[in-house]
Amino acid sequence: MPVGVTATSREVHNLHMMVLWICVIIGAGVYGAMIAAIVKFRKSNGAVPAKFTHNATIEVIWTVIPAAILVAMAIPAAEALIRMEDTRDSGLTIKVTGYQWRWHYDYIDEDVGFFSTLDRESNAARRNDSGIDVRTVDNYLLKVDNDVVVPVNTKVRLLITAGDVLHAWWVPAFAVKKDAVPGFINEAWFNADTVGTYRGQCAELCGMDHGFMPIVVRVVSKEDYDSWLNTQRARVSALTPQ
Amino acid sequence: MSSTAIDTTHGHHGEHPHGFVAWAMRWITTTNHKDIGTLYLLFSLLMLFIGGGMAMVIRAELFQPGMQFVRPEFFNSMTTVHALIMVFAMIMPAFAGFANWMIPLQIGAPDMALPRLNNWSFWLLPFAVSLLLLTFFMPGGAPAGGWTLYPPLVLQTGDSFPLAVFAVHMLGVSSILAAINIIVTIMNLRAPGMSLLKMPMFVWTWLITAYLLVLAMPVLAGAVTMLLTDRYFGTSFFSAAGGGDPVLFQHIFWFFGHPEVYIIILPAFGIVSEIIPTFSRKPLFGYAAMVYATASIAFLSMVVWAHHMFTAGMPLAGQMFFMLSTMIIAVPTGVKIFNWTATLWKGSLSFETPMLYALAFLFLFTLGGFSGLMLAIVPADIQYHDTYFVVAHFHYVLVPGALFGAFGGAYYWLPKWTGHMYDEKLGKLHFWLTAIFTNVTFFPQHFLGLAGMPRRIPDYAPQFADFNMISSLGAFGLGLSQLLFVYIIIKCVRGGPKATAEVWDNPAGLEWTVPSPAPHHTFDEPPVIK
Repeated sequence: MPVGVTATSREVHNLHMMVLWICVIIGAGVYGAMIAAIVKFRKSNGAVPAKFTHNATIEVIWTVIPAAILVAMAIPAAEALIRMEDTRDSGLTIKVTGYQWRWHYDYIDEDVGFFSTLDRESNAARRNDSGIDVRTVDNYLLKVDNDVVVPVNTKVRLLITAGDVLHAWWVPAFAVKKDAVPGFINEAWFNADTVGTYRGQCAELCGMDHGFMPIVVRVVSKEDYDSWLNTQRARVSALTPQ
Repeated sequence: MSSTAIDTTHGHHGEHPHGFVAWAMRWITTTNHKDIGTLYLLFSLLMLFIGGGMAMVIRAELFQPGMQFVRPEFFNSMTTVHALIMVFAMIMPAFAGFANWMIPLQIGAPDMALPRLNNWSFWLLPFAVSLLLLTFFMPGGAPAGGWTLYPPLVLQTGDSFPLAVFAVHMLGVSSILAAINIIVTIMNLRAPGMSLLKMPMFVWTWLITAYLLVLAMPVLAGAVTMLLTDRYFGTSFFSAAGGGDPVLFQHIFWFFGHPEVYIIILPAFGIVSEIIPTFSRKPLFGYAAMVYATASIAFLSMVVWAHHMFTAGMPLAGQMFFMLSTMIIAVPTGVKIFNWTATLWKGSLSFETPMLYALAFLFLFTLGGFSGLMLAIVPADIQYHDTYFVVAHFHYVLVPGALFGAFGGAYYWLPKWTGHMYDEKLGKLHFWLTAIFTNVTFFPQHFLGLAGMPRRIPDYAPQFADFNMISSLGAFGLGLSQLLFVYIIIKCVRGGPKATAEVWDNPAGLEWTVPSPAPHHTFDEPPVIK
């Protein structure tokens, strides 16, 4: 799992590693006991079966201890969850709409909006008889024509919905995955602290080209974001009849 | 057992047809639990290859990045129908087959309580599956919206949509009837003296499974019926435009779907609980705790459904509840794992093929349980959800869980069914091939998911190529190894060393008191249990 570039994604990664190690430790104990039994108590070694059928003490112990471990895991998970669901005080709101099979982004209050579609090179290479070696394509299936651009160190709130069927907006580096449901608006947020380009994909089966509607988010400095915003606005006004 | 023997027992009046018609009519009209059990088992074996063939298509397309063999929409049909076949037409009928054969033998009953209903429960299946498979030849192709049938996507299915819905209805009716039959049989036909807490674990797990079926399957029927009316009768249960909600379908579906996963795994728990004591030469550890653990798992399975929907948009309190309820399931499941291990402890173990499958079940189902626990942690689930990590998780509980349970059960009781010992060497070879290839296929999928590969995509970015190639090679090996299973069964039916009534080394259970092969009619006089 990626560590990611948001506080949330790092927290999720830590939770993942914690649970993984707890499983590894319990697994070592349980598998160790199974292997020991298989090695030690073989009939071919002349093992004689014991007669015991139950033991109340040990049964209580192995019911209570796992329950305690679960509580210990649930507490940090619940805390993380509460933070993830808190979408207040955002610096920027983007409405994300899933369509078969592209994404539309609306920068609320900024008069900027555009579609984001799989880039042409990938789209040509992914055809069944394209004859193109997909390994030669730059970021095959993970590149779009119009990136989402957001400023660094800003809480970005996403309002996620869909125009036709279910989709899901997922960028692993932000630990954001939220279903886009037609007729309903789901909320999510991220606050990226490192400049860079982050890629994701639609994560809810949405038909034929479900595998071909990637997501690309470019996190830039605040100055670069402002100039990008101005270019976008200029483009919009150039297209709008006066 | 020869078919002439049957004709005399069931002596029809008037003219007897001969040859193929007689043979076919004997199987079509049979009401004998052993015949119906055999039909179920053979049917599910056939479905293993049909569903498995679809898995081969999926893995062939995913062998390399780029689109090589199929179009994306056909790929989606493959994943959809593979799942529907494997769940409803392969693994559930397999366990229904075990139930038919073994429950009457284990409780000392002469047959199932409702023999004609039993016949009908089975014979619905071939028609339902034919209907489902016919959809491949309809305009618009087979359903491609995923086995979960989420609207609105599933409503875009072509002409095959109503056929698929009716197929699901028929499969559901078949399961409900089988479940009713099993409940009535267990409740009424136990041999005198066999109190509930003296029943074999396999009977217990099936009793609980049958209740889950009766509770869950009608819910699925309701959900798909609402899809049907949304599509053809202008209702809008699942359309926001008419005041409905697409997520409502997910709640209803998973209210069925989560008990369904326990419907699939509990009978395997039962089989493993029979096999491990036999080959440990020691009674099952903590029998009462096992029964209570199974019952608590079944109860909890009905209050965890929304853990399949953590990204769908749910209030915080809802997410908390479903996270905690899901984590609690680890407790009774842990109890079962510990009790099986304690059964091995200080036993006298031997490693015939059924035992090998049971031990592999123990190791690998535990692994699937661990990934399940990870998936329960909501913040982490946000990253795992709808990726190959989930695919790896549920295949670990379904293949080395349910399917290995069925394989183990098949080897365990084959001598009782056929009267011959199967070829132990080939059985072990089948086990090792299956166990190794299962891990080669599904273990790398954990890494794919964590690296960010979504599920249900026909093509992927080149960074996922290596693990996909390993997984595909494993899948081809796993598929081919099952041909050996068919050969072993055919060989065992045709001949082999004669099996004794006990077959194994002093196993517990009434089924070992009747001769091998089990005669067509058993326990005409109920045995008495001390």
